[in-house]
Amino acid sequence: MARDTLTGSRIRERRIIAGLKQAELARAADISASYLNLIEHNRRRIGGKLLVEIARLLDVEPALLTEGAGATLVQSLREAASSGEAGAGEAELDRVDEFAGRFPGWAGLLAAKERRVGTLERAVETLSDRLTHDPQLAASLHEMLSRVTAIRSAASILAEPGEISPEWQGRFHRNIYEDSGLLAETSRALVAYLEAGDEPKSQQATAPQEELDAILGGEGYAFPSLEAGEETPEALAARLSKGASEAAAGLLTAHLARAAADIAALPAEALATARDALGPDPVALAARLGQPIGRVMRRLAAMPEAEGARPGLVICDASGVLTARQPIADFPLPRFGAGCPLWPLYAALNRPGVPLTARLEQPGRPPRTVRAFAVAEPAESPRLDRPPLYEAVMLVLPDGPEEDREAAAPQPVGVNCRICPRRDCPGRREPTILAAERDTGF
Amino acid sequence: MSKRLLLIEDEPNIIEAISFILSRDGWQVTSHVSGRDAVDRIRREAPDVVILDVMLPGKSGYDVLQEIRNDDALSGLPVLMLTARGQDKDRELALRAGADRFMTKPFSNTEVLEAVRAMVPAA
Repeated sequence: MARDTLTGSRIRERRIIAGLKQAELARAADISASYLNLIEHNRRRIGGKLLVEIARLLDVEPALLTEGAGATLVQSLREAASSGEAGAGEAELDRVDEFAGRFPGWAGLLAAKERRVGTLERAVETLSDRLTHDPQLAASLHEMLSRVTAIRSAASILAEPGEISPEWQGRFHRNIYEDSGLLAETSRALVAYLEAGDEPKSQQATAPQEELDAILGGEGYAFPSLEAGEETPEALAARLSKGASEAAAGLLTAHLARAAADIAALPAEALATARDALGPDPVALAARLGQPIGRVMRRLAAMPEAEGARPGLVICDASGVLTARQPIADFPLPRFGAGCPLWPLYAALNRPGVPLTARLEQPGRPPRTVRAFAVAEPAESPRLDRPPLYEAVMLVLPDGPEEDREAAAPQPVGVNCRICPRRDCPGRREPTILAAERDTGF
Repeated sequence: MSKRLLLIEDEPNIIEAISFILSRDGWQVTSHVSGRDAVDRIRREAPDVVILDVMLPGKSGYDVLQEIRNDDALSGLPVLMLTARGQDKDRELALRAGADRFMTKPFSNTEVLEAVRAMVPAA
């Protein structure tokens, strides 16, 4: 039902809430009861002075009668209903507008709780990802527990009844002193690490690959000075890797050298012209431009354009380890560890040289769909009597308009198992920490 | 004759504390700080029981334990594993790898003593 046709229903709801009879309200508004009855049953339109007068009599804003509760509020309530716990009963979705109108306080509270749950779930995802895969956190906690163990053991020995030689007493006193100093130091370092949320990502990173991802993310995954030939990859790497580890600086130099080679083989202007003519399909572009598909994907993902419009890119080596992670809004990527085994990225490794494409659906409210292309290509020059090492590349594009999408349902995938609610997924490696989806698509 | 115990742990102050309480209980305690050559040391010393930390330099305690269990001469050696992680899955991992007992840091001296005595009675 269109929104304006509900104005009458809202007047009726508000009148009942106010404890007024139809005739009383009609009299106060200087109209007949039968006319008000027609309005309340949405059989007569209402507006202008009469609407303002009735709103005044009902002690509400006229907009509440014409527009009902805010669209955002209704949408939040719909999301809350769709994410309801199994077994908790179905929400009356067809009466959501009535609910929001009659009980705006409760509806607002429910919507706020729904938003809060969403925020907390995202925080849990992030923290769980960090706790599971963060080597610095694991090492710090191990160090702290080891110090606590040593202090506890030495203190109990000193506290127990019985003779202990002065030499041993001195030794354990010294050990407790040393361990407590180290414990304090480790605790301080851990707190500083955990509180580093406001620092640039590169300063929070611990593994070289993570440092590299942070530096590339900080630059928006594009390098205008390389595109313009104003800076060499080595000079740019030296500039961007200040403060980073030597290993991360090496990875960055290799990454930028490859980017420079890609730019030389496929300048932005040539790619942009072809893309304008053919669209962003990397397979068609590779055929037109005479370039490997993987290179076209890397270039599309690094084109000097508005950051929000840049595609996502994921690269993995032959062992499946992710070596490049460039997320987009509708396709978040795990900060650490492996991705979802259902991504076409991994299927491409099984069929080297064969480009694959699929519409993918990430779980969420609402589920997010994207178009992905993937291909596995040799990562090294051919050698005699030795199969080449392959590398798989996956380009992630925002999903096209509805009319361009094929009828088949998108392929359900996730970010990684730990933060994926699809419990009955055949690719599941470990249990999820999230509540299950009602319909997982499998 | 006192029973021999080899403590494989890389924290010197934990080594000193555990060595003290077990020696006082009548055990002959030696220690080793690396996972890499831990099994060689076990073969040389032939201890009656081993206390093995999970996080060791060179090789993890799980890998060391696997080597012990794959060695016919050592497969029955009682092993108490120490770890800083107390989740059920870590306990399962340790017991599946062949640990006789599993203890989470920070443990108490009494717990260690009782566990070792239970593994090899009549020290």
